[in-house]
Amino acid sequence: MTGDTLRIAMPKGRIYKKAAELFREAGLELPEDLDESRKLIIPIPELNMEFIMAKPVDVPTYVEYGVTDLGIVGKDVLAEDNRDVYELLDLGIARCRMSVIGLPDWQPSFHPRVATKYPNTASRYFRERGQQVEVIKLNGSIELAPLIGLADRIVDMVETGTTLRENGLVEMEKMFDITSRLIANRVSYRMKSDAVQALCDRLAACESVKS
Amino acid sequence: MSKPKVFEKPIGVTDYLPEAVERLRRIESNVLECMRRWGYREIITPTLEFYDTVGVASSTDDKKLFKLLDRWGTTLVMRSDMTAPIARVVASLLRNQPFPIRLSYHANVFRSIEEEAGRNSEFFQTGVELVGEGSPEADAEVIALAIASLKAAGVRKFRVAIGHAGFLNGLFEEALPGRVSDQESLKDRLFRRDYVGYREELRRLELSEKAVAELEGILRLRGGQEICEQALALSNSAETQGTIRYLCEVWDVLQAYDAVSDVLIDLTLTGDVNYYTGVTFEGYASDLGFPVLSGGRYDRLLGQFGRPAPATGFALKTNRILEYIAANGTAGGLEPHRILVVYTRAYREEALRYAATLRAKGDVSVTTMRVEEAEKEAVRAERASEYNTIVTFSDSGKEEHQA
Repeated sequence: MTGDTLRIAMPKGRIYKKAAELFREAGLELPEDLDESRKLIIPIPELNMEFIMAKPVDVPTYVEYGVTDLGIVGKDVLAEDNRDVYELLDLGIARCRMSVIGLPDWQPSFHPRVATKYPNTASRYFRERGQQVEVIKLNGSIELAPLIGLADRIVDMVETGTTLRENGLVEMEKMFDITSRLIANRVSYRMKSDAVQALCDRLAACESVKS
Repeated sequence: MSKPKVFEKPIGVTDYLPEAVERLRRIESNVLECMRRWGYREIITPTLEFYDTVGVASSTDDKKLFKLLDRWGTTLVMRSDMTAPIARVVASLLRNQPFPIRLSYHANVFRSIEEEAGRNSEFFQTGVELVGEGSPEADAEVIALAIASLKAAGVRKFRVAIGHAGFLNGLFEEALPGRVSDQESLKDRLFRRDYVGYREELRRLELSEKAVAELEGILRLRGGQEICEQALALSNSAETQGTIRYLCEVWDVLQAYDAVSDVLIDLTLTGDVNYYTGVTFEGYASDLGFPVLSGGRYDRLLGQFGRPAPATGFALKTNRILEYIAANGTAGGLEPHRILVVYTRAYREEALRYAATLRAKGDVSVTTMRVEEAEKEAVRAERASEYNTIVTFSDSGKEEHQA
């Protein structure tokens, strides 16, 4: 956060490519092939920026602690983590949804169990609907849970639904839409307000963001 | 949880080693001295309070309060801020003292937090409360003192954002008359700094295009005095315009204090809308991810203790400032000179008298006796890093050795 350079936490992988396209659409020329590089800190002096390549779930942490001014992260991570950051802009990229998923013959049970990578999101959702469920946290292959009887439903991100169909599962309810967001640290938002607002405005003018 | 290991302490509490304490004390005394010169007198209140009085009245979320039971089963809290205890004192012990009352404090406060580093469950606050004055003069005085305190603490580059808790209330009531739950949901999103959610919510409410544009526009209401003019144009309601005029007035007073260069108006700064009733503010230092001060007007609190009065105040987050000072090395005040006095038994009296004269003039002096003359060399070598000077008294006379 030194000087007037904007430090931005970028999610490695899938979202990064789309974010980089968006930056280019906004007229911010990024060096090619940043994602292939193994460097974790990438200075971009031409834009007065510095990218920190982060694991997506860690992006809100970096921003909350102020080690980066801004960050780009999916709404799924933001909803789960509940960090004290500004959610400035819906970037409209990496679009998918959070859903409740189960077997087609699902019946309400007396001891409902829900498996998920997003335990806070799932608990909150069912609580708001007046249902008490036991939430089981898993780290991957969530679709397995209803198939092998670990849980009767799962809460997970759905992009195309192919994985679900291939495993004979159905999307029961859509919980909310997910896109990537531009987030800002509380102090940077005020101390670097001009630079932050300028970037925000340039990104907001892009077609994919507006739609 | 397994039994703690001997070096462990509960999550969120900190040991301060001598260097840090010296810095902390310097910050604290500089800031309290600054507050004293503005006529604020220091007060100390107990660490424990009743849950039903101070606990309930405080602005801290109930689940973040440390609670315990006394031997009769009454719930106690460890104070989570100093504002509610001071309100209690002003309404009870000081009930016959006429307003305005100006008080300052430096205290440790307690919040139970999620298990994560960087958030403290015990931390220091240095602050003031100005009770019994409800004028823009009083708001500006407290903001100007907050700025002076930051400077006294040694924070060089900072900004203070000011807003008004009543502005959004008025504006939303105008746009959504009587639709309380919709207003609450908009406020909640602003409070959680979720601007994306705020815009989505605006679209969901099916307002006129003009109203949506105006309500979206408030996200940009940040800057200097011109913001007040822009905000005035947004509203026709007397309440909203009143809050803006009030803020303008505060700005004018701050200008007279010559304090506006570090201040920006930010009408999205809401603070806790259930607690603050008027002008609110927050201070930021560059290179620190968390705010270093927060404050505002809370005109309803004193009433809960039976002596209704307008009041405003702020708290500096002293340990955040300590982090800043440690990183930026700008603590004011000089390190004292440290002198080690080494003597052999025969020269004890002379050496101790010498140490006393050093202490009298403000130096730090530590004494140590050695049996053998020859040991003094070893002592010099061992302790050189801790002291500026090592003085030895022995058969070879008084020798000074600069480290």
